[in-house]
Amino acid sequence: MLMKKNYRSERHVPAKDIEACGLFGVMNIRGQKFGALMAIEAIKNIKVRGNGLGGGFAVYGLYPDYKDYYALHIMFQNKDIKAKEKTEDFLGEHFEIIFDEEIPTNPQVSLFCPPLVRRYFVAPKKGEAEQAIPDDEYVTSRVMYINTNIEDAYVFSSGKDMGVFKGVGFPEEIAAYFMLDGLYEGYIWTVHSRFPTNTPGWWGGAHPFSILDWTVVHNGEISSYGTNRRFLEMYDYYCTLHTDTEVMAYAVDLLMRRQGLPIEIVAKIFAPSMWDIIEHLPEKEKKLYTTLRMVYAPLLMNGPFTVIVAHHHEMFGLTDRIRLRPITAGAKDDLVFLSSEEAAIRYVCPDLDLVWTPQGGEPVVVRLNSEDHLKSLNKSI
Amino acid sequence: MNNLNVKFGLRNMFLDGVRPVSELVQHVNTNGSNAYIDALGLKHKELNDLLRETALKGVTSITVQNVFGQRYIGTRLYLPNLAKKMEIKIAPNPGNDLGAFLNGHRLIVYGNAQDGAGNTMDDGEIIIHGRAGDIVAMSMRGGKIFIRDNVGYRAAIHMKEYTGKVPALVIGGTAQDFFGEYMAGGRVILLGLNLSKNERHKAHYIGTGMHGGVIYLRGRVEEYQLGKEVGIRALDSHDWEIVGQYVSEFSSHFGFDPAEILQEKFQKLLPVSTRPYGKIYAY
Amino acid sequence: MYSYLLPEFAIERNEERCIRCRVCERQCATDVHYYDAEPDKMFFHEEACVGCQRCAVFCPTNALFIRPHPAEYRPNSSWNREKLQDLKKQAETGGVILTGSGNDKPYRIYWDHLVLNASQVTNPSIDPLREPMELKTFLGRKPNTLEIEFNELNGSEVKIKSELYPNVSITTPIVFSAMSYGAISYQAYKSLAMAAKKFGTLFNTGEGGLPLNMRKEYGSSAIVQCASGRFGVDPEYLNAACAIEIKIGQGAKPGIGGHLPGEKVSENIAVTRMIPQGTDALSPAPQHDIYSIEDLSMLIYALKEATNYEKPVSVKIAAVHNVAAIASGIVRAGADIVAIDGLRGGTGAAPKAIRDNVGIPLELALAAVDKRLREEGIRNKCSILAAGGIRCSADVMKAIALGADAVYIGTAALVAMGCTLCQKCYTGKCTWGICTQDPYLSKRLNPEITSQRLANLLRGWSHEIKEMLGGMGINAIESLRGNREHLRGVELAEWELDVLGVKGAGE
Repeated sequence: MLMKKNYRSERHVPAKDIEACGLFGVMNIRGQKFGALMAIEAIKNIKVRGNGLGGGFAVYGLYPDYKDYYALHIMFQNKDIKAKEKTEDFLGEHFEIIFDEEIPTNPQVSLFCPPLVRRYFVAPKKGEAEQAIPDDEYVTSRVMYINTNIEDAYVFSSGKDMGVFKGVGFPEEIAAYFMLDGLYEGYIWTVHSRFPTNTPGWWGGAHPFSILDWTVVHNGEISSYGTNRRFLEMYDYYCTLHTDTEVMAYAVDLLMRRQGLPIEIVAKIFAPSMWDIIEHLPEKEKKLYTTLRMVYAPLLMNGPFTVIVAHHHEMFGLTDRIRLRPITAGAKDDLVFLSSEEAAIRYVCPDLDLVWTPQGGEPVVVRLNSEDHLKSLNKSI
Repeated sequence: MNNLNVKFGLRNMFLDGVRPVSELVQHVNTNGSNAYIDALGLKHKELNDLLRETALKGVTSITVQNVFGQRYIGTRLYLPNLAKKMEIKIAPNPGNDLGAFLNGHRLIVYGNAQDGAGNTMDDGEIIIHGRAGDIVAMSMRGGKIFIRDNVGYRAAIHMKEYTGKVPALVIGGTAQDFFGEYMAGGRVILLGLNLSKNERHKAHYIGTGMHGGVIYLRGRVEEYQLGKEVGIRALDSHDWEIVGQYVSEFSSHFGFDPAEILQEKFQKLLPVSTRPYGKIYAY
Repeated sequence: MYSYLLPEFAIERNEERCIRCRVCERQCATDVHYYDAEPDKMFFHEEACVGCQRCAVFCPTNALFIRPHPAEYRPNSSWNREKLQDLKKQAETGGVILTGSGNDKPYRIYWDHLVLNASQVTNPSIDPLREPMELKTFLGRKPNTLEIEFNELNGSEVKIKSELYPNVSITTPIVFSAMSYGAISYQAYKSLAMAAKKFGTLFNTGEGGLPLNMRKEYGSSAIVQCASGRFGVDPEYLNAACAIEIKIGQGAKPGIGGHLPGEKVSENIAVTRMIPQGTDALSPAPQHDIYSIEDLSMLIYALKEATNYEKPVSVKIAAVHNVAAIASGIVRAGADIVAIDGLRGGTGAAPKAIRDNVGIPLELALAAVDKRLREEGIRNKCSILAAGGIRCSADVMKAIALGADAVYIGTAALVAMGCTLCQKCYTGKCTWGICTQDPYLSKRLNPEITSQRLANLLRGWSHEIKEMLGGMGINAIESLRGNREHLRGVELAEWELDVLGVKGAGE
């Protein structure tokens, strides 16, 4: 995004990937941190929802020692040293690098063409003219520069105190490779098991997708992709990865981060109620829903999807408006779960207090130090 | 994007690493015509291999514990020569397609079921002491399903019946949207026992495209929640007989008082036509 | 009848030849011809004529000539006659325009722009009349390698240790495509089953079930479908077959379902489909347990579970824009066979707007799928069945050279049974007794005779295929599969040759 790639015509824009998946997310609403085990075991339980061509994890509360710095997880395809040098030159020019290292991996785990993955903790180094640019925008544009202009380099994640670990393989293999169980703790874990139909082999193509501290894991196919993408281009988001998920991530960024709309409203943009239903709502809601559909029509996400989106302090799950993809929510004490299948939750937390299935288009919002997730319970079954 | 000359090939998430039955014997404990299976850590096919193997040994009652998401329980038991149909008790959380294509056996779930329970079920019984997910009883053509709590989207979709073979689905709670969509036959009873007084059923688009069968609905529903292919009727004595019979069966499974359930108002939803789309074409 | 329409066909009767035998009257299903005793003369209602040519063929004195009606609106290449007539029909009814058979619009037919190779000098051609020429084909998943226990001291003791996937063998790479009982008559359906069995190939039940009385005899020649309506699908049906096909889509109507109107659901059809007599058999557009690729995987394995992993599972899709990626996903989801039905695939009934505008040509789809699966290293994990507009043995050859393992033929088989592509299948008044449930019409087909006609067709094509293979110097069909060296394109643009993976003629 923010970096336009010129094609001779739209005919030459690569076709988007089609994929479907298994999803799982867990958050401690008091901010207590915990290890990777639940996420790994849960996603392993729904192994058949993926096909071994991609898995990944997003972890929040990951780097307390460096929590004031942007944590860049960067992969270098084919362990390309030139790409690493170029990237580091670029980083040195635009950031203060506080600390950097290779992300430790387990040499016992052999995966498909693993890249070199490093992490850099950085602070923006702005020039005179750039002082007015907010840090987030500054970081975003530099990240996108790396993604689009430095061959073989790709930024997995770029938020503070969080990180994304992903790659080609079943998620439990990715977890083993990065030794997530044992090395890391966080208060939100989301995880994705991928079932793509595109040519595999690229670690950057796995989920979660991330900008700053926002991550998206997604299941389904967005049939309105072409409409959504062209609308987002007007706001300088250019889809370079050609996946549905990318569109979803940018739409979330536009509406939530840049326009400041809460997810409760954004849900009604992505997955609006049918006109038949709107017609029977009380006057005020009718007006709101009608206006939302009118203004944000190009961001209706049409087609089957479930997403779990996370950023600091918040995780939410949402399905399309006729619930063509599954989601189940569960809760036990301070833990709230979202998953493609109930069994995955129960497998890691057999004595759940609550388990529920929201209506299509009704978000389950899990917030730090709040019980907002229970709001969706009342509307669900 | 990957310039190396390496192909990923294919990984089979269902079958890779499936162990032969001989390596799984410690999961089964047989005692005469009864057996106990510990499903912990078993893959979908492994559990179903064991169930089939156990059935072929003459066991007729199996208890399966520690089920977390294993799919297709009951599906592999198409064994026409079996002298007696099986009874399988399952806990706590069988996976998708529970009893898909089920051929006359009885599955009892102590816990929740997921999506696709009773998918294209042919005959038998599924009793769920909990809730179930989406497309429950999809294309079901025979047998009975009892679910104590709620069901998800598109329950009873395209259920059908023919000559005497009439499937039945009884749901104690409420349902989500597209309930009874495309129904072509069978009896569906939605009791709404967990709705509060005067609370509407949750589903919209109830019975869209319905062209056969009947839905008996207990509790409130607004006209606009119904699909345009169904009409509301009052129950006649024959209907009450049917409802009474299924409600008492339901109650005996889950410990309710049928009289109390039957006190509430019931409505009958019937398709307006057996040919809802007969007039949309120009020949 | 419509008020403002020109008749589609003009009827000319040579009065001198006509002997008033009234055969035409009896043969016509739309009551075009009638006899008036007073002048002792045959008359006709031209506007009801569908141009099936049944009367003309059966007229003992060749007195009838049925031609497209010469009346013309002012010529207009945009607003042509068909567009005008359809507009008038819709103005009168407000309905969706229905049609039958495959897409008849002039999209490029790539078969006609591909030419086959033959040996000259450098490689001898083979005479199939004298030398063995093998067409036997296996449909199903193949392992990457075999683990074989081999004792050199005793060569006869060889043991295959690898577990094999179920495969079905056919004697010729031609399979009858899905046509359901209900869409076609019992006689037509049975003819296909008998011919398949006789010839050692397969027929496909479509989604209307397999009548109980046919299971024992024809089950082993049947691919049974599990489609969105799940008609007639029970465990016995699945286990009776030699392979199972999940129907996701059909080339003539990608993305939509089907409605078998209630009046066609007779007692026997009702029992076979397991629905009440006289109700519409509605096939929803999607399978409601498949909204995504991992759901497809779920159904594939549900069917494998239901049949004890003994039958290959095929997934049939319409050729659409992303067909290559979709096919890859299907193979990864566990399918053993991928069937691709192209733009010109036939149908008993489809909205004309869909039939004529949705999908892509089979040739391009097939080549793209084959290439994609090879690129991903998974081509051997499935067989490819190509369907939709295969008209002759040369088309079969070209399809195999573009990567198909075998082809499905539907329309060609119907024509062998008598069909003349009048495109009125949806009316249920097929004079040839094929696409009808009217006993008066369907008894015109005698399965004994019709199945022989179908078997003859298979024999003729197979022989031609052997001749063409021999000419290339190839004596086993597997050596042609994906072998684009034996294809060249003529009059094709650069991008088309690229997609097909074929050189231009002379290159």
